Amino acid sequence: MKLPTLREVGTEAKLLLIGIPVFIWTMIPIYHMFVFAISPKEDAFAGKLWPTHPTFHNFSIVFHQQHYFLRDFWIQFWNSTVIALAVGALTLFIATAAAFSISRLRVPGGRAVMNLALFTYFIPAAFLAVPMYRTMGTYGLLNNHWSLILAMVTIAAPYAIWVLKQASDKLPVELDEAATMDGATTLQLFRLVYVPLMMPSLVAVGTYAILLAWNEYLYAFLLLSKDTDITLPVALGNFLAADDSPWELLMTTGFIYALPPAAVYYAFKRYMVGGLTAGAVKS
Amino acid sequence: MAITLSASDVPSPPLSARLSPPQVWGIVLLAPYLLVFLAFVVYPVCYGLWLARHPASYVALYHDPIFARAAVNTLIFLVIGINIKMLIALFLSGFFAQQRPWIRWLSVIFILPWAVPSIPTILSVRFMLNPEWGVVNQLIFKFTGDDGPNWLNDPAVALAMAIGVHIWKSLPFWTLILLTGRLAISHDLYEASDVDGANWWQKFRYITWPSMQTLYITCTLLSMIWTLGDFNSVYLLTGGGPADLTHVLSTLGIRYLRLDQLSLAMASIVCAMPFVLPLVYYMMKRLSR
Repeated sequence: MKLPTLREVGTEAKLLLIGIPVFIWTMIPIYHMFVFAISPKEDAFAGKLWPTHPTFHNFSIVFHQQHYFLRDFWIQFWNSTVIALAVGALTLFIATAAAFSISRLRVPGGRAVMNLALFTYFIPAAFLAVPMYRTMGTYGLLNNHWSLILAMVTIAAPYAIWVLKQASDKLPVELDEAATMDGATTLQLFRLVYVPLMMPSLVAVGTYAILLAWNEYLYAFLLLSKDTDITLPVALGNFLAADDSPWELLMTTGFIYALPPAAVYYAFKRYMVGGLTAGAVKS
Repeated sequence: MAITLSASDVPSPPLSARLSPPQVWGIVLLAPYLLVFLAFVVYPVCYGLWLARHPASYVALYHDPIFARAAVNTLIFLVIGINIKMLIALFLSGFFAQQRPWIRWLSVIFILPWAVPSIPTILSVRFMLNPEWGVVNQLIFKFTGDDGPNWLNDPAVALAMAIGVHIWKSLPFWTLILLTGRLAISHDLYEASDVDGANWWQKFRYITWPSMQTLYITCTLLSMIWTLGDFNSVYLLTGGGPADLTHVLSTLGIRYLRLDQLSLAMASIVCAMPFVLPLVYYMMKRLSR
């Protein structure tokens, strides 16, 4: 084995000098949350870097809903799950259909719809929230899960359409022509040729929509209010309103809430990074 | 594929007869999105503009010191916060471009802030900064014997913390994007410059920056638009406080909404439009090419 030269050691040291602060900066809030989640109440507020008696007791309290802040934990977890999955499915359906129509069928006006979608993608979400809230009231959907589902589909669909359109433009036209020659109808073309070929992009877009909906706070907190209707992030936000919040339980719940998206992200990382970066860097 | 309008010499046949079956399907498949767009974008936006039609709302906004403060805070967020973030992202994209196993591992961890939802992590930061039992001040007390500052009680410090949280959350994404751009630069250029004996600054100045300039500017503008819509960093960390001095336009709109002052909420958003629309226009032009 060759010994590293002085110069190589110097480069490595410089890189470490950047890498270590980057690691600390990234991990601090997450680590802090984790330490709280495994600290008994009396340790939690002592400013320790590691609890003297680490415990999973907080998790047990949350899972058994043994605190009045947590009495609807499981139903809120369920709400988050159902809403995220519904948003994923509905976004996929709407966006795939639209992308197929715009890119493969070249429907007249398709490009205009694409631009409208892009426009929506760029409206700051918090700005659209104000009129959207009123609109949901007008439609009689406030405090109904559909309001949040439809709002999140509205926000997720434009980006989904755009990414899917970019991907489907890359599929060769000859495929469609060959299938049509063989007597495939438009719907068969969609179902048997288009959707299977688009699978990787569909996975990326579906995951994106599910994560967006699971992580959403602002719209969820505006559109839903009943304790048994709200999603987990809103429940976490409600802890803030109280003076006597059980912070160690809040951090535990937050940790549990953050785990699924992190797991999903890492499971689909290959697709996600490809899809998202392709979306933003097209230059 | 050419659009075939059949029998154009026959005077106005019914629409369905003029369209080929694929085009009929095209319209059917496009309809779900159009419905969503009409119901949840067009109608709300028109309704919102209608709510914001009274000049009195703008006069009231003009006289509300919280609005002026929020506008200034938004500018600070955009001009200072975004530029700091993008410069760090540019720098770190160079760091992550180094081929080393431990740097690859670090890049996997580095994505975490972006992968996890913002509410638990921002609350975690809020908790760390608590003046009495937050870990930051506990450590300051342990090492210096003095009480640390009341981080979220001074509007300037609180705003800086909110910007910090925003950077923490979105830095990984932009670093990743800029890294993609950096890796697309041909390696031959760097090898040639090595032969010519260029130092790192010359490499950056004459190779990296010219290749990444457009991407960097696009990313900065896109980040500005998204930051305008970033409600969480400020709301969850400071709640707009102390004394409503750390609001930005996105939290201010929601604040008016919560106070049932809808026309003020919409007017404050309309006031931001002259800044937002040129950015949106530019981005649409770039991306729809």
